[in-house]
Amino acid sequence: MYDISPQDASNFVAGVDLAFMIILIVSVFFLVAITAVMIYFIRRYKKEKHPKAIQNEGSVKLELLWTFIPLALVLVMFYFGWMGWKPMKNPPEEAMEVTAIARMWNFRFEYENGKLTDSLYVPVNQPVVLNLRALDVLHSLYIPAFRVKEDMVPGNLKKMWFIPGQVGSYDIFCTEYCGLEHSYMYTGVRVMPEEEFEQWLKDTTAVAATTDASATPADQGFDVLTRNGCNACHSSDGSRLVGPSYLGHWGTMREVTVDGEKTEVMVDEEYIRTSIYDPNAAIVDGFNKGLMLSYEGLVTEEEIELIIAYIKSINE
Amino acid sequence: MSENKQNSAPKSYLEETGGRKGIFKWILSTDHKRIGLLYLYSIMAWFFIGVTLGVLMKLELIAPGKTIMGAQSYNATFTVHGVIMIFLVVIPGLPAVFGNFMLPIQIGAKDVAFPKLNLLSWYIYIAGSILVVSSLFAGGGPPDTGWTFYAPYSFKTGTNMLPAVLGAFVLGFSSILTGLNFIVTTHRLRAPGMSWMKLPVFPWAIYGTAWIQLLATPIVGITLLMVLGERIFNIGFFDPAKGGDPILFQHLFWIYSHPAVYIMILPAMGAISEIIPTFSKKTIFGYRFIVFSTLAIAFVGYFVWGHHMFTSGMSGTALFTFSILTFIVAIPSAIKVFNWVATMHQGSISTDVPFLWAASFIFVFLVGGLTGLVLGALATNVHLHDTAFVVGHFHFIVFGGTGFAFFGALHYWFPKIYGKMYDRSWAKTGWAIFFVGYIALYMPMFFLGVMGMPRRYFDYLPEYHGPNIISSLGALVMVTGFVIMVINLFRAVKTGEKAPQNPWGGTNLEWQISSPPTLENFDEIPTIDKATYKYD
Repeated sequence: MYDISPQDASNFVAGVDLAFMIILIVSVFFLVAITAVMIYFIRRYKKEKHPKAIQNEGSVKLELLWTFIPLALVLVMFYFGWMGWKPMKNPPEEAMEVTAIARMWNFRFEYENGKLTDSLYVPVNQPVVLNLRALDVLHSLYIPAFRVKEDMVPGNLKKMWFIPGQVGSYDIFCTEYCGLEHSYMYTGVRVMPEEEFEQWLKDTTAVAATTDASATPADQGFDVLTRNGCNACHSSDGSRLVGPSYLGHWGTMREVTVDGEKTEVMVDEEYIRTSIYDPNAAIVDGFNKGLMLSYEGLVTEEEIELIIAYIKSINE
Repeated sequence: MSENKQNSAPKSYLEETGGRKGIFKWILSTDHKRIGLLYLYSIMAWFFIGVTLGVLMKLELIAPGKTIMGAQSYNATFTVHGVIMIFLVVIPGLPAVFGNFMLPIQIGAKDVAFPKLNLLSWYIYIAGSILVVSSLFAGGGPPDTGWTFYAPYSFKTGTNMLPAVLGAFVLGFSSILTGLNFIVTTHRLRAPGMSWMKLPVFPWAIYGTAWIQLLATPIVGITLLMVLGERIFNIGFFDPAKGGDPILFQHLFWIYSHPAVYIMILPAMGAISEIIPTFSKKTIFGYRFIVFSTLAIAFVGYFVWGHHMFTSGMSGTALFTFSILTFIVAIPSAIKVFNWVATMHQGSISTDVPFLWAASFIFVFLVGGLTGLVLGALATNVHLHDTAFVVGHFHFIVFGGTGFAFFGALHYWFPKIYGKMYDRSWAKTGWAIFFVGYIALYMPMFFLGVMGMPRRYFDYLPEYHGPNIISSLGALVMVTGFVIMVINLFRAVKTGEKAPQNPWGGTNLEWQISSPPTLENFDEIPTIDKATYKYD
């Protein structure tokens, strides 16, 4: 039942699982014992077998017994819970730092050398500190195999840390409900041997460059959109999601609201650029303000050109 | 009882119309019994809707990927399921239905202290319900924030939040006024001789609950107003961009919503404490300890809200304190369980329908309580927080605990309320199917949570498929049992045999008056000279 990861997947697994097993064993014991005693009483003292009840108003001794034994047991449980948790709040000084950035609905990881990825890569047996940033609403970064989870709160820089103990790939989930695509906000952590990791980290040419340079600008544009999670809110087939579709608006005049005033704008290159860098400047009628954040610093000018190429291509 | 006496007996409350006709017999009556039934019918109606939404969710989750609805519909479905079940069904639940009906009778009173206020509370409840439901139809679509309305998503989403939040705010007043009414009733209207230590456990539980309703509900009221201010005026209480703090919302929300769990469970424990002695023909074991533990839960329950926020970002000291208090609040519940089982010891037990619900209540409540220990411990909480494990635990307490007790209480007091008896073998069949389905529905959630499946997930990775199938099928079985139970009770109201005054051999005051009771319950207010649950 409890075999989602090896016991040394991270430095916290043993402590958490020990607390879990202690509580589980005590709980199963009481569940089975109380239920069994109850069923025994129900059968033994059935009306047919035991027509006259023997009155008994209670016993202070018994009450004290079943107050203090459970009290002692829960304090033991508390202790192991506390001991399993305590190391989680004290990251070591020399740990490698990675910034985890959450937004609706993807994670990004930024390394100290500027490398930016959409899944987490870490070296085995090295302490890693994640600086947790949320850009829009609450998210929560959860790695079940490592037994770690911490909410990501906008405006509140928090940390979590762990030492991965086994080379392999594990799931990362967002566990704080964050809107439409919450259940698709997951990625993975890849634990690598140290040398391989160093090699990987140095290769900054691979920064966000999953795009094949030989592809057409339109195809590259679609890759940029996919990588940044844009397609969660904007469709390519004209259907309405959280924001307007890429299809059907290019080159047309749209009713928008700018600073609370209704006006019309032409959907052109300038408009697309504004919509990415300052998305709340002009809101298309029928959509809501405040859901999208600026992608300045995340999407480059060149990438915007590629996006425009893609939008043009599907509207031809 | 002689022929003569029956003929001259005054009319029952169901025949006593006060000169009103049709629906006005109900919606203008200030009789606590009719108001109890008004709540019963309205709560059952919401419950049917809530169950339907729950089944739709389980059908969606029967397979990975889109099954019967899209992500937006799913998110709206779990939100509305939660809002209806929590605010419209479980919180009013036992206090408003059985508290209204039985509290005055069990303490030997003719009605609650403020009958008109009581009717007003029901109207406020209906007004709040209508507001909540209007959120489904007006504007930007049903709300999609979860019943917890967490900031900042709750004021960013384009869906229809205002009516839902405003509805929950209005419902709070119904809860506060009902609580106030019950407190005054219990203090002022107990029959002569009924000292506090002669009060049956159910009125005690309703009384403890009433204090929580009165003291805790205003906090959620002001919190929901702050959300409204945030959405309408962009004030910035919870918006980090304006210097606000989203965690503040969580504190305020749980300062109410944790005690609210005790609003749900205390009356349930009270009802169980009525049923078990009656069917064991034995006085309740450790009366004083059961009463004291009720008050202890009502009191300590205020100080454990932080255990909903172990991963939100609090100091180590806060986590330490909330965790240890959470473990301590488990003790009074454990004391009750031991006392209930001890009450059965050397009794003379008839395993009739209400007793089956009560005994199965003990089992599901144990599962709910023990899994709560896993969540109360810090290390395991970090792993399991916001996973399916929490959903399982929560449903075992709120649906297993409160729901089983509600159905038990319904079958227990049904002959008193309607003066009719239901078909007991069908009722047992319904219970058995319901119980099996219930276990299949919620048990797999613990496994899913331990495997790491987050909650509020429209879709999931294939590794989580197996337990989800069992859970979804369990839901269908459980609903089958539920339908059998409801049809059986409806038939009983129409065509059931006449129920005697005291079909179960209970000792409390409600079993010493006619079934159904007369308008004023007692011809003359009784004088109480012996302890409650006396079978000598």
